[in-house]
Amino acid sequence: MFRIEVSVRAGLPDPRGNSLETDIRDIGIMNVTRARVSDVYFLEGDLNEGEAIRIGQELLADPLVEDFSCGEGLTARIEGSDAHVVEVAYNPGVTDPVEESIGKAIRDLGITTVRSIKTAHKYSLWGDLSEENLQSICDKLLVNSVIQHVVTKREEIILPSTTYKFVLTTVDLLNLDDGGLMEVSKDRLWLNLKEMRHIRDYFTKLGRNPTDVELETLAQTWSEHCIHKTFKSKIKLGQLTVDNLLKSTVMRVTEELKKPWCLSVFRDNAGVIDFDGSYAVCFKVETHNHPSAVEPYGGAATGIGGVIRDILGTGLGAKPILDTDVFCFAPPDFPDDKLPHGVLHPRRIFKGVRAGVADYGNRLGIPTLNGAVLFDNRYLGNPLVFCGTVGLLPASMSQRGEQQTGDLVVLAGGKTGRDGIHGVTFASGELTKESEAVSASSVQIGDPITEKKLIDVLLKARDRQLYRRITDCGGGGLSSAVGEMAEETGVRVYLERVPLKYLGLSYTEIWISESQERMVLAVPPDAVDQLIFLFESEGVEVTVIGEFTDTRRLELLYEGNLVGDLDMEFLHKGLPQRENEAVWELPQHAEPDFPPPIDLREDLMHILASWNVCSKEWVIRQYDHEVQGGSVLKPLTGVNNDGPSDAAIVRPILDSDMGIVVANGINPKYGDIDPYWMAASAIDEALRQIVAVGGNLQRVALLDNFCWGNPDKPDRLGGLVRAAQACYDIALGYETPFISGKDSLYNEFETEKGSISIPPTLLISAMAVMNNIEHAVTMDCKREDDLVYIIGTTLNELGGSQYYGVHGYVGNRVPKVDSKKGKKLMDTLGTVMENGLVKACHDLSEGGLGVAAAEMAFAGGLGMVIHLGQVPLGESINRDDYLLFSESNTRFLVEIAPKDRQQFENMMAGVDFAAIGKVTDKGRLEVYGINGAIVLSAPVNELKEAWQRPLRW
Amino acid sequence: MATKVKALILRAPGTNCDVETAFAFKQVGAQADLVHVGELINHLTSLSNYQIMVIPGGFTYGDDISAGKILANELRLKLRDEIKTFVDDGRLILGICNGFQALVKAGILPESRNENAQPLTIAGNDSGKFECRWIYLQANKTSPCVFTKGIDLMYLPVAHGEGKVVVEPGVLEELNVALHYADETGNIQADYPYNPNGSVNNIAGICDSTGRIFALMPHPERFIHWTQHPRWTREPRRDYGDGFRIFLNAVEWAKGI
Repeated sequence: MFRIEVSVRAGLPDPRGNSLETDIRDIGIMNVTRARVSDVYFLEGDLNEGEAIRIGQELLADPLVEDFSCGEGLTARIEGSDAHVVEVAYNPGVTDPVEESIGKAIRDLGITTVRSIKTAHKYSLWGDLSEENLQSICDKLLVNSVIQHVVTKREEIILPSTTYKFVLTTVDLLNLDDGGLMEVSKDRLWLNLKEMRHIRDYFTKLGRNPTDVELETLAQTWSEHCIHKTFKSKIKLGQLTVDNLLKSTVMRVTEELKKPWCLSVFRDNAGVIDFDGSYAVCFKVETHNHPSAVEPYGGAATGIGGVIRDILGTGLGAKPILDTDVFCFAPPDFPDDKLPHGVLHPRRIFKGVRAGVADYGNRLGIPTLNGAVLFDNRYLGNPLVFCGTVGLLPASMSQRGEQQTGDLVVLAGGKTGRDGIHGVTFASGELTKESEAVSASSVQIGDPITEKKLIDVLLKARDRQLYRRITDCGGGGLSSAVGEMAEETGVRVYLERVPLKYLGLSYTEIWISESQERMVLAVPPDAVDQLIFLFESEGVEVTVIGEFTDTRRLELLYEGNLVGDLDMEFLHKGLPQRENEAVWELPQHAEPDFPPPIDLREDLMHILASWNVCSKEWVIRQYDHEVQGGSVLKPLTGVNNDGPSDAAIVRPILDSDMGIVVANGINPKYGDIDPYWMAASAIDEALRQIVAVGGNLQRVALLDNFCWGNPDKPDRLGGLVRAAQACYDIALGYETPFISGKDSLYNEFETEKGSISIPPTLLISAMAVMNNIEHAVTMDCKREDDLVYIIGTTLNELGGSQYYGVHGYVGNRVPKVDSKKGKKLMDTLGTVMENGLVKACHDLSEGGLGVAAAEMAFAGGLGMVIHLGQVPLGESINRDDYLLFSESNTRFLVEIAPKDRQQFENMMAGVDFAAIGKVTDKGRLEVYGINGAIVLSAPVNELKEAWQRPLRW
Repeated sequence: MATKVKALILRAPGTNCDVETAFAFKQVGAQADLVHVGELINHLTSLSNYQIMVIPGGFTYGDDISAGKILANELRLKLRDEIKTFVDDGRLILGICNGFQALVKAGILPESRNENAQPLTIAGNDSGKFECRWIYLQANKTSPCVFTKGIDLMYLPVAHGEGKVVVEPGVLEELNVALHYADETGNIQADYPYNPNGSVNNIAGICDSTGRIFALMPHPERFIHWTQHPRWTREPRRDYGDGFRIFLNAVEWAKGI
């Protein structure tokens, strides 16, 4: 075995080393003087030293900026003896995709003697560092024990066990009492007693015990993640009984609105709406919370990888054209010493998640055009990672396909390993401090290039009509993908045919593995040769692993042995409906009683600098938001390309003027008062962002993503019911149907001091079709002397507001929504904007009028004067601070040219609006109070600096 | 009427700017075909059918080892002769972003006296980060570059983590620099973020001595239409984006082949 080490040539800049140095100082270890990161490659095989050196010279090391050493004992030459050296390698079974591409490159060199390649990183640290320092650097920065370990001297590569001898394993259920049943379920199946009994009784009727693979299949198919049993359960809330929350709220809106442009809703991997008659667009948002908590980079990367496959698996396959990401973390400045055992620091989670999503999305060539990052201490043990993707497909292919009896089951894409085993059932249980240990196998390193190759070749196969149906192999692996596909027909699968990353997997591991980058196709026998030829021509793995039958049974075989035989009826319809108790009562928070400040400048500064409001440019710039060439309205806008856009607009077909607007609404703070109004506000926010950029409500589709605590606890469930009811009421009022959704429950973290639940969090994602992208409007002020109008009604609604937050209060007067009034307002404004009368528009959300005015001014490099006395009120408000920072919904700030004043006011007739100020060239934001006295005056560049500083990493 | 100029847009695993690059060529009247590198290696298609070869942006083979390295290795070992003939026949090669990285690491650009030498490389950004931002470019009026003829100051997006041009001592003098990073006034000494990656002498794009092989880090195909400009909502309407001219120059010149 040869060990080749590649490092930046001494004396040349080493960005990777420098950022490691910064990270080390960030965790409080100041006496590090220098850091260097080297790449290490272990080459195993019968290669000779000459070949190894050639590989180092021609392939692994850059001739100008890097040096390499081959064999052993040369490391001293590189950093001298005074450095502390740590080498970190991946754990056995964790496959680094780099190994495959390096193998290809070595074969291109004509060297065929290399059998296997392993990668590692070597960190050389200079400075007076104690053992304790080194340990915490390893724990906090260099090593994630879930996938990595520190290499001890002369470690041999441990390859995973390569032998598997078939033994059929059955699980004895028939003779188990309740206690025994729950023992079997615990930490493995996550099924409750009622469900376990039901399974036992089914097999009692059959007169045999289940095999392990049958039990795992049932556990996965019946998992919260796959079947959403809480949302489908019978819930008692006081007098009210809700039978199937999903059907009676979110899905009901869509049924009642009956929009003809909804092509496929709630039945496929994503919801599909009509775009221009010949094309359709689909949209899906997924969460990947639990894996991201354990291994942020890998967890988040596989999250974006998964939602992209949902799009690829929608209808007959869609092309991903836009990503949107929303993250919720604990604040980056969370004190280290308060960190519960088994929890990664939020800063590390933030950096890891950002990198994981960016590396995957960027490599796939999908622009990340929209997103948000929110912070709250209660996300400490359960960060939330929402990954969304929009896809484009021919309207004629928008319906889910149907296989025919005799069609072949084809597995395409990545090979199968032990990755993510029990990921789905894991996602359905609470995290504990042992999670890192028990969940080790449920995280993996994504392989974006395999997925990119898969996308490219599948879209070709789609257009040549080489398959009848497609679905993604995500949570639950083959078990879910094939099991769901075959519900109406039946299927026979030969598990030994599945291509493996390494030998040694049992038939059960093969069936439930959640290895990424895999898709399942139903292929007519007469098309399969063409399909295989096409895939091989682009170097994509494709294998026939079974056939669809007409038996309505799931038959699993391994080397000729029947290892699983379940009837589809029981698998898919057998799950007993859960019955849950819910309670909900309006919490009473302390009402603020602080006197109104005379000068509001400091408060505005604080709000602009708060984690939730401050600029996210550091994140945004590390995503490619230009690739595919369709970006019309980018996440950053204004005279210096650094103002916060309200929503994204993309032009999916480069020679058409039609566009798609994507926005998101989320505000967990309101949920601390009432999840109903949190949900209502989230919908209102998403819709106002669409209108703010020049869109309208005529063709808007919504997605819901509920992230909640443990729904088995009645108070958590009560809030969930309230939020779902608001989704029905408000979406119906705005006439905007839901087309798809997802939920992630059990987001709680057990600590010594009891269970921490995340704040109830609902993300509403919205997608609108825009007829002409040239009607787009940005939020930056355009010209001095233009008029500034506020549109909408301001109320004393500061409950859960940023302003109360900076004063240490939550309050109780949560912003409400009147969707009837709101629809009229947004329709009117939409028409005005289509007529080109509005030069800039910004919606009012966190921080209210104050933040919106500041952002418009500094994004345009101009100033603004505002008179609070002119603001239209829905109730009497006698405090300037409340007026400036109220977060009442359905409000906008717009810039109008003086010449258009009359026409604008005529067209706005019938809704609340008023001229409240004008754009100035003085570079100051000046606010005059109700009684005419100035209450805030600040240079916009100071406001901008306050807003940009916190996340300028 | 004359037959259309044909551009081959090379695809490899991880290429991701192929579609918009083909679109740009179609906008200037060329025919653009997406061809997988395997089709060339297995002689299912031949370079000789085309006047222009383009290596578009992306993360070929994941940019594993280093950006564009594995594709470069493939070009150098599997397609060297075909590419040499293509160049000797007086045809055009354009490398954008990942294509620039691949051409350089394959030793195709800049041309060098001995076969395997690589006098220039593209290293990680000084910022240590992948960055997506719009930057100003000043064209070198004295450059023989076919693609940048008549271009003065341009505004285009970059999106890369490895874009820093590094050269061996002595190479700078004889290097044909076609594009420099600049500020809005055209000052080519401007530094970060104007020079987004720390390239020596603000080098953003280079060509060979004939001006027919040209490669750049920024993405001209991402600024063809005026609404692609990050500030189009506050600026006067214009007929084309700054990148348009690069493709037009190439196709106009290729008509003469």
